[in-house]
Amino acid sequence: MTIAVIDYGAGNLASVLKGLRAAGAEPALARDPRDLDDAAGVVVPGVGHFGATRALDGEWRRALTASTVPLLGICLGMQWLFEGSDEAPDLPGLGLARGRVRRMTSSRDAAGTAIKVPHVGWNAVDVTASSPAFTGIAPGAAMYFTHSYAVDASPDAIAMTTHGRRFVSIVARGRVWGAQFHPEKSGRAGLTFLRNWVEQCSASA
Amino acid sequence: MLCKRLIACLDVRGGRVVKGTNFLDLRDAGDPAELAARYDAEGIDEVVILDVTATVESRRARAATIEAVASRLFIPLTAGGGINTLDDAAAMFDAGADKVSINSAALRDPSLITRIADRYGSQAVVVAIDAQKNGDSPYFPVFANSGTVRSSRSAIEWAREACARGAGEILATSIDRDGTRAGFDLALTSKLARAVPIPVIASGGAGTWQHFLEAFTTGEADAALAASVFHFSEHAVPELKAWLASEGVPIRC
Repeated sequence: MTIAVIDYGAGNLASVLKGLRAAGAEPALARDPRDLDDAAGVVVPGVGHFGATRALDGEWRRALTASTVPLLGICLGMQWLFEGSDEAPDLPGLGLARGRVRRMTSSRDAAGTAIKVPHVGWNAVDVTASSPAFTGIAPGAAMYFTHSYAVDASPDAIAMTTHGRRFVSIVARGRVWGAQFHPEKSGRAGLTFLRNWVEQCSASA
Repeated sequence: MLCKRLIACLDVRGGRVVKGTNFLDLRDAGDPAELAARYDAEGIDEVVILDVTATVESRRARAATIEAVASRLFIPLTAGGGINTLDDAAAMFDAGADKVSINSAALRDPSLITRIADRYGSQAVVVAIDAQKNGDSPYFPVFANSGTVRSSRSAIEWAREACARGAGEILATSIDRDGTRAGFDLALTSKLARAVPIPVIASGGAGTWQHFLEAFTTGEADAALAASVFHFSEHAVPELKAWLASEGVPIRC
């Protein structure tokens, strides 16, 4: 079962490909929207600046909006699923999930511990709505994050994480899923999440 | 709440782990990929591969090591040692590293930090600082070339500059404590943690579980790195994590 991983120049894709393979999929890089035609699912990966999603405007946007197969956004790729980001306010997001991406703020918590931005490391994912995304994952399991922007709230959130403030760590709306963390870097729990998404792809194929 | 991280460091020379492997009971004790995979299974949060063979000719060999390790890991991997140019860093990312650790080359040419961060993002750039205690002075002189050449920098001001130039994390190694098992230099890590808004990794001196607890409390470190201490038994990582959690440290178990 082929999963298309969109290569739009935003970061290293080797670990995403490796994670998908470990989750039972056959990932292939998509460099042209026509590469999505035979895919059972599509991954929008991404590390870096929201401005990198400019490369997804136009044909990619049309292809992904028209697509009916499961779509997974990871990190920056997840942020692009929303309506837009303060990191590049002139660029619209894909708009398939409701909410806006904002800069996280550094602070100190009640105990005086520094809340640093970027948010780097393992943090608990708190389930807020039931979803097949969580099959086999312990409640509050930690996943690996590395980002400076996040969505504060969304009616499509199914998991939240706390770093100073709460933010959306998993979003799901119909065929569209997004993870603010890197499942491919989150050990066993992350691979289970990927496997759950791949299951969605085979179920809808 | 953000977890404190435990990082295993593997010192590699010519593709083999060269330090602290005497107590291992592995099929191939010196194979970095095998050791890294074991650590991943045991629950370590990150792996750092430091290649101590730092010649130009060895770049391809370094990349092969990183590739072999990355193929077995599903947690973040940092590559360090002998990264002197943007091309050296690119070779590490292409081989599957998520971050690179730069040290002497950044001291020689601080713009290297920015050039790597501009292309791969700040989250991918770890600036390693080898520092020494200087009596009770808050000035910790920084050394280059594996602690052999004293630079004109102090750890605090160098960390601030590295951060301003785009570093995503600071890996602070105490030269005095490295290899002693006497505990991390808590003054160094806490001063750094207060000086920069990016994560600080404590390194050098880990010997007991208490040392890790101190690094996260008094030392204010975001992560603690060790090499040989994790090699003693295959239970070391899960047991240490369970104990830290029982002491109230937020940790991934």
